[in-house]
Amino acid sequence: METLTKIFSLSLILASFRFATPLILAALGGIFSERSGVVNIALEGMMLFGAFAAVYGSASTGNPWIGVLYSMIAGLSFAAILALVCVTFKANQIVVATGINIFASGITIFLLQVLFGVKGTSPMVNRLPAFRIFDVRFNPITYIALILVPVAWFILFKTHWGLRIRSVGEHPAAADTLGINVNKLRFISVLISGVLAGLAGAHLSIGDGSAFVREMSAGRGFIALAAMIFGKWHPFGAFGAAMLFGFAEAVAVRVDFAFIPSELISAIPYVLTLVVLAGFFGKSTPPAASGEPYYKGEK
Amino acid sequence: MPREDNYILDMQDITKIFPGVKANDNVNLSIKGGEIHALVGENGAGKTTLMNVLYGLYEPDGGQIFYEGNEVDLDGPEDAIKLGIGMVHQHFMLVEPLTVTENIVLGSEPRSGLMLDQKTAQKDVKEISEKYGLFVDPEAKIQDISVGMQQRVEIIKTLYRGAELLIFDEPTAVLTPQEIDELFDIFKSLKEQGKTIIFITHKLKEVKTISDRITVLRSGKSIDTVNTEDVTKEDVAELMVGRQVLLEVEKTEANPGEEIFKIENLNVNDNRELPAVKDISLSVKKGEILGIAGVEGNGQSELIEAITGLRKIKSGKFELRGKDITNFNAREIKREKVAHIPEDRQKRGLIMDFDLKENIILGYHDLEPFSRNGIMQYDNIAQYTEDLIEKYDVRGGGMESQAKNLSGGNQQKLIVAREFSHDPEFLIASQPTRGVDVGSIEFIHNQIIDRRDDGAGVLLVSAELSEVLSLSDRIAVIFEGEIVDVLKASETDERELGKLMTGSQAEAGGESNE
Repeated sequence: METLTKIFSLSLILASFRFATPLILAALGGIFSERSGVVNIALEGMMLFGAFAAVYGSASTGNPWIGVLYSMIAGLSFAAILALVCVTFKANQIVVATGINIFASGITIFLLQVLFGVKGTSPMVNRLPAFRIFDVRFNPITYIALILVPVAWFILFKTHWGLRIRSVGEHPAAADTLGINVNKLRFISVLISGVLAGLAGAHLSIGDGSAFVREMSAGRGFIALAAMIFGKWHPFGAFGAAMLFGFAEAVAVRVDFAFIPSELISAIPYVLTLVVLAGFFGKSTPPAASGEPYYKGEK
Repeated sequence: MPREDNYILDMQDITKIFPGVKANDNVNLSIKGGEIHALVGENGAGKTTLMNVLYGLYEPDGGQIFYEGNEVDLDGPEDAIKLGIGMVHQHFMLVEPLTVTENIVLGSEPRSGLMLDQKTAQKDVKEISEKYGLFVDPEAKIQDISVGMQQRVEIIKTLYRGAELLIFDEPTAVLTPQEIDELFDIFKSLKEQGKTIIFITHKLKEVKTISDRITVLRSGKSIDTVNTEDVTKEDVAELMVGRQVLLEVEKTEANPGEEIFKIENLNVNDNRELPAVKDISLSVKKGEILGIAGVEGNGQSELIEAITGLRKIKSGKFELRGKDITNFNAREIKREKVAHIPEDRQKRGLIMDFDLKENIILGYHDLEPFSRNGIMQYDNIAQYTEDLIEKYDVRGGGMESQAKNLSGGNQQKLIVAREFSHDPEFLIASQPTRGVDVGSIEFIHNQIIDRRDDGAGVLLVSAELSEVLSLSDRIAVIFEGEIVDVLKASETDERELGKLMTGSQAEAGGESNE
């Protein structure tokens, strides 16, 4: 009984939002990228690098908002590499993104050593102030994430720009014959995903905490991808999936079950994703041209 | 300068070179305003390349383009669109999950503030659709509408952008006979409204029916431009191929032997699990061609897939030489000396990224002399490929080139070469000449008749009524998954078949008794 009350307590729901924040942001990023036709499994690395950059920005200026700015630039820079190599030069997206993930893990550890002189955990830095709205206290990035969900939906489904992004992800040749610049749109979409993933990283290091810990993204970039797929590449769907995963994480961290190890609870998002991918909740169809570079004038 | 004043378009000495191929070699094409101009030529003659140059998709390596009297430089489709040139591609350029309206306005969307203005978009689509008699459902998704409607969406797309000159790349290849008639009505209505049409095809009947003038391309060069009324089909065919072509199939009376293949009470479902083939029984004898006539989508595909082991059957039985092969898989059926020319050569006939020698042994690759103890014998394969390429006149690439680089006709000849080279006793040919040029059609038809005369039984499925009529000895008419009649080819004609195919059975039966 006590366990049940704990599960459905307000504090646990609020915790779910906090845990879901980086998933929401990165999943929205993933949606932009994949809707335009670029698979972005480098969200993980962008998030990690963003988390580090946020701490560095906060530490070097004392202003956590500068940290937020740095995190977005960090995500953007990795995204620029991905876009340049995969969109402009048409390299394999999975291989390049995997490279970025490995690079992110190495470079953050290296920079921890060089810039802070430590090995596993950075010194404490100024974190973002929490804002209180009624009884709810969240750091600003959570509010931003919540606002961005309808914004992303509006851009993708209500503007001409969104229509174009969706068309280049489904049938780039069709868009091209109508005079739409396929690679430019893809490049921009990948950059957007980088900014959002970087922001997700800032939430981890200076939103929800006040230090960088090595490998602190801990697979959240991949869970965000799962949320994107679970949500059928739709901002509201991805938001719902991210909340579910966030809730599972909150339960795993906050609630002690007598018989169930918390590791098993943490595994819920992964199990859910497998179930979804296997098609138990209706078919989840990715954008048709996702993952394929576009060659002009190919037969 | 354009060569004559009334030319809306004058393309002069266009040259386009792809690695290893001169796709267009000093091609000239001039189009008068308001005419329907047919651009004909065999597969690989450079028709589509020329049109892609005109639409700004390819940059020419030489030549000039004059549009409405001015020299133009087309850097991309947006330039062509601005001039008033629209193109309906052979493979539709439509985004499947988007709606008809979204597809039409894509790239030039009406906006109100930040938002895409759906209301105005739908109103514009409706206006054009009514003005030209192009019926579409503005709110339907592309993936849910028929091929004919998809084509109308493509036409509206060009008109929405103010096209005055419309290019159609093989528009009839994907249409049923009824839809082709509708398309030609649309052509006429566009012409009445002052539009100019360039129409790529290699179907001579269509050229004669609808065009005002004809330009013929052969091997990348423009051969001649003629007035349609001044020439016969045979003349055009000769210009296309460069030699005389027999448009009619020449064959001797069939000499049927014993029964080789039998279908009994076959029932097959389609992908949606609805009955597609209903209680069909048929039999094919040695040395005869049994044609199946029918409007596409009446169960032909499912029937062939069932026979060749590609689709599960609900009930029924197949016998080959008296042997029950009902539950054989595709490979086991092939090993019974059954050859299959599949209806979709790019999907089922070839592996497009494999080269010719790999494609030519597909399905037989594990047999001697192509492989020994599980190891491919490439010397033998190369020798074999060389022989077949020569014998079947496969042109456009050596044995190391990828199948996708061949023209449609040569791809089809490659399949024919593979399937006919293992002494087939029963031959299944599905749309054997779809999208194939006249020269290759003649060749493939002769090959099929040769097999028949060698004593093979042939089951032929074709959406081309004239092909079924001229090749078959007997014709079974299929309608909504049922065989409505089996006739002798020599005792029927297109009119009677046409009626049976569309289900007006009683009427046709009455007539044939007259």
